[in-house]
Amino acid sequence: MTAVFDPGAEAARATDAILRDTLRGTHRGVVVDSPPGAGKSTLVVRAALELAAAGRPLMVIAQTNAQVDDLVLRLAEKNPDLPVGRLHSSDADPYDKALDDLPNVRKSAKAGELAGLDVVISTAAKWAHVKGVEPWGHAIVDEAYQMRSDALLAVANLFERALFVGDPGQLDPFAIVGSEQWAGLSYDPSASAVTTLLAHNPELPQHRLPVSWRLPASAAPLVSDAFYPFTPFRSGTGHGDRRLAFAVPSDGSGPDRVIDEAAESGWGLLELPARHTPRTDPEVVRALALVVRRLLDRGGAATSERSDGPVPLTADRIAVGTAHRDQAAAVRAALAELGVQEVTVDTANRLQGREFDVTVVLHPLSGRPDATAFHLETGRLCVLASRHRHACIVVCRSGVADLLDDHPSTEPVQLGVMVKFPDGWEANHAVLSHLSEHRVRWEP
Amino acid sequence: MSLISTLARLEAVETGRAQPVATVRHRHLTGRPLVCVPLTTAGEAGAPLGALVGTDRDAPRLLVVPQPRDRDLRFAFLAELADVVLPYIDSYAADVEAAERSETDPETGKRVKVEVELCADAPQLIVPSRAGIDFVRLLGRSMRFRRTAEQDPEAPHPAPPRVPLLGRWLTHYGERARVPGSALLLALTDVLSRHWATGQSSLEDQHLGALLAWIDPPEGESGAGAALRAELLRDGRGQLVCPPAGPATDPAFDNKLLAPAIERYDRARTALAAAEDGVEADDRLGELTAAEQHIRELVASRTRPTWDAVWQGLDLLRALPEGGHAADRWTRDRWSFTGHRDRVLAGEPPQPRRDDAVTAANKLATREREQARLEAQEALDDPLVMAGRRLAGEAFAGEVTDVVMAYGEGRRPVPRPLVTVRTDDRPQPAERARVYRSLGGRPQAAEFVGHEDDGALVVLRIVDKMGRGKEPEPGSLPEKGDRVCFTLFEHEQRGGAKLPDPEETPWTHGGPPGDGSPPPDAVTEEDVL
Repeated sequence: MTAVFDPGAEAARATDAILRDTLRGTHRGVVVDSPPGAGKSTLVVRAALELAAAGRPLMVIAQTNAQVDDLVLRLAEKNPDLPVGRLHSSDADPYDKALDDLPNVRKSAKAGELAGLDVVISTAAKWAHVKGVEPWGHAIVDEAYQMRSDALLAVANLFERALFVGDPGQLDPFAIVGSEQWAGLSYDPSASAVTTLLAHNPELPQHRLPVSWRLPASAAPLVSDAFYPFTPFRSGTGHGDRRLAFAVPSDGSGPDRVIDEAAESGWGLLELPARHTPRTDPEVVRALALVVRRLLDRGGAATSERSDGPVPLTADRIAVGTAHRDQAAAVRAALAELGVQEVTVDTANRLQGREFDVTVVLHPLSGRPDATAFHLETGRLCVLASRHRHACIVVCRSGVADLLDDHPSTEPVQLGVMVKFPDGWEANHAVLSHLSEHRVRWEP
Repeated sequence: MSLISTLARLEAVETGRAQPVATVRHRHLTGRPLVCVPLTTAGEAGAPLGALVGTDRDAPRLLVVPQPRDRDLRFAFLAELADVVLPYIDSYAADVEAAERSETDPETGKRVKVEVELCADAPQLIVPSRAGIDFVRLLGRSMRFRRTAEQDPEAPHPAPPRVPLLGRWLTHYGERARVPGSALLLALTDVLSRHWATGQSSLEDQHLGALLAWIDPPEGESGAGAALRAELLRDGRGQLVCPPAGPATDPAFDNKLLAPAIERYDRARTALAAAEDGVEADDRLGELTAAEQHIRELVASRTRPTWDAVWQGLDLLRALPEGGHAADRWTRDRWSFTGHRDRVLAGEPPQPRRDDAVTAANKLATREREQARLEAQEALDDPLVMAGRRLAGEAFAGEVTDVVMAYGEGRRPVPRPLVTVRTDDRPQPAERARVYRSLGGRPQAAEFVGHEDDGALVVLRIVDKMGRGKEPEPGSLPEKGDRVCFTLFEHEQRGGAKLPDPEETPWTHGGPPGDGSPPPDAVTEEDVL
C-alpha cells in the first residue's frame, strides 16, 4: 500500500525544519530551494515574523523595489503592529504609495534613521550603499538565485547569519559584458549568489519546499519533470480541484478552440504555419491579442480551492509573457487596438515571482531561424510555463522542433563550472512534446 | 543583431559592398600606433613563430623563431620583442600633464582632491584580429611570472632581463581590451566591423582580408567576389594568396613550406654542432644562416600582406571624423596607462594569476558601466547609430509642436513644462518613464506623460536643468518648431556602490584572500620542456 501524499502536511514539515535551522541552527546560512508557487513569499514573511518575535534584529534583502513593497505589505497584513523600516532610494517615487497608509512602517533613504526597528527591508542595490552601521544579527535574502554573486559581496558584511530563499529553476542572473574570464572561479561575480555561497560553504543546510500551490495538477508534473528533474515537486491540488469554464460557446475559430483545449487540459498550443519572421511577428502578435480578447469576451469563470464558487476571469487575472521587450510592446499595442486593457504584458524576467489564472505565452523560439543560448535558456521557458493557476496557452509558429534539432547546445564547457541540468535544449523538447498533445493548428 | 544592422547587411549583399553603420569613428586612433602581426606555431600553445612589429608602415621589424620549440630561441624572440615594445611604451611614460583625482584621505576618511600626473598620450597597440588579442594575453601570462637571472640566480632557464616587464605590460593591455570602448589594444577586424556591415556572417568578418575586400573592393569587382577570393584563392604551390591574419597559420603553409624549412634548419644546427674543424664549421654556419634566412622569408611572406592590410584598414578608419566622445574614452585609457606605469614604477608585483573576489566584482561592475556608457555615447555622437536606437523604440526624434508652462505640486512652484513632440518613431516608454535629451552636452530629463493622436504625438514633462528660479532659464526649454531627440536610455552612468576591501571579503565569498589558499604551482618538468 502506498502512503497517501498529504501536501499540507509535507509542506508544513519542510517549513518547520527550515524555521528550526534558521532560528536555532548553528550554521551561518540556510538555503531554501522553492519551485514555482511553493509558498516562498509566505515562508519569508513567516520567518521574518518569527525572527522579529524572537527579538533578533532582521534585515531583508530583495531584488526589486516591487518585491520589497510587496513584502512590506504582506508583513503589515500579518502583523500590523510590527515596526518595519522601508529603506528606499532618493529617486522620485521610490516606493509604493500604499505604504504611506501603514502606521508602523517607517520610510527613509538613510539606514541610520531606521536603526532599532525590528525589520528593515530594501533592495540589494540600496543595501550596497549602506556603510558604517552595526551589522544585523540576521538577514533574509529573497530571490537569492536571481541575485548576482557580486551583489551579495557588496552586502554580506551587513549581516552575521542569513536565510537564502529562491527558485533555482528561474532565470539566472546575467551580465551585459562577457565574464568568461572568471568562469570556474568559486566567486565568479556573474554567477548566482547561491552558487558562490555554497561553493565556499558546502556544509550549509539546504531545504526544499515540496509542494507547488500555484501550479494545477495538470502543470506540476510537466514543470517538475522538465525543469526540476532531480528535485521533483507535487501540486497542492488534485485534478478535480480546479476548473475553468466559459459561458459563451466556441465560435470554432483557432483562438476559441485553443481556449477550450486549455480549459479542458490546462495546456494549449496555438500553432501558426511555419515561417521565418522578425521578433515582433505581426501574425503571432495578433493571434496572442485575439486569444486574450476571446478569453475576456467568453465570460470565463475559474473555480478553485480559494473560493466557494466560480470567480470571473477578469483582465487582471490574465498575463501575456514574451522573451523580448519589443515583443511585449507589440503585444500591448495589439491589445490596445482590440480595446483590451489591464492585462499584464511583460517579459519573462519581469514576470518572475508573479501569478495569474491564465497565461498566454509567445514561444521564445517562434519564427526564429536560429536557437541562441538566450532563447534556449531553461529559466526563461520555466518562468513562462509556470505563472498560471489554471491554464497556459502557447502561441507559436510551427517548426520549433526542427529548429531545436538543427541547433544543439554549443555553449563551451568551462572547467570548474557545474553543468546545469536540464539544459535548455532538453527542457524545450520536453515542453514542446507535451504541448503538441494539445495542439490547435490555425491559419489566421 | 539589431534591425538596422540586419538591414545594412541585406543592403551589403544586394549591392555587393559593405555598408556604413557609423558616420563617425567611434574609437580614438593615435598618431603613432604600434602595429603587431604575430604568428604562432600550430599545436604549440604559446610558442610564437614570429611577428612583424613597428610604428612605421614602410619599415616593420621582422622577428622570427626559427625553431619554435627551442626555449632559448623563444626567449631571444621575446627579448627582441621587448626591445621594440618597451621603448615605444617608455616614450609615452615621461610626457605628463597635471590632473586631479579624488582620493580618500587615510586620516580623515574624507574625499579630497589630489594633484597627480596623467600621461599626455598613451601607446596604442593594434593587432589584426580578435585572436591576436588573445595571443597578446597569452604572451603576457607566459612572461610576467618569469624570473630573470638577477632575480633568481638559481633558476634554470632565466628569462632575459626585460621579458617579465613586457609580460606585465601585455597583460595590462590584454585586460584593458576587455573594457568596452577602450582603445589601448584594438583588434582591427572588431573596429572595422563596428563601422561597416558586410554581406557575410560576423564570424567571416573575423577574416581581415575578406572584411577589407567587402569594405574596399578592388576597382571593378564586387565585395562579395573579392572576399571569396581573399578566403579561398591559392597560388600554384597551393598556398593562400591572402594568408590568414593569424596568429594561427594555414595548414598548407605549415605542412608544405614551414615544416621542411624548420627541418632543414634543425639539420644544419646538428651538423654545425658536429663540425670537427673551423673550415667545416664555417661552411655549416653558412648553411645554418641560409636555413634561418629561408624561415625568415617564409614568415615575412605570411605576415607582410596582413601588415599592409592593417595599415589599409587604419587608413579607412582615419578617413572618418572622430566621434565626439571618443576622446573622453581615450582619456580613461590614458588614466589606465598612467596607473599601470605608476604600479610598475612603485615596484609592485606582477598582476596575480587570478583576480580575487573583490577585484573580479569591481572589474565586472566597471565593464558593465563602460558598456552602458559606450552605447549611449555612440548614439549621441552618431545620427546613424541613433537611427538604430530609434528604430528599436529606444529613442525618438521629432519636432516640438507645443510647449505649455506648468508647475510642480510642491510648496515652492517649480517649473514642470509640458512639451509635445510630433514623431514618426514608435517609442515604447513605460508610464512615467524617464527620457533624456542632450542639452549642451548635459542630459536633460523629462517624464513621459502620454501619447496623443494615435501615437504620433508624445507628451513629455521636463523635470530638470531649468535653473533654480520660478521661470525656466532661457535656452533650457525646447521651443515650438525645434527638432529634438529624446532617448529612453540614460546618457551618463552612476557609479556603483563601493565594495568591501579585499581584506574584508565576507564569509559568503570565502573570506579574505591569502589565508588558507593553496600556494602557487611549483615549477614542474613540463614548465621547462
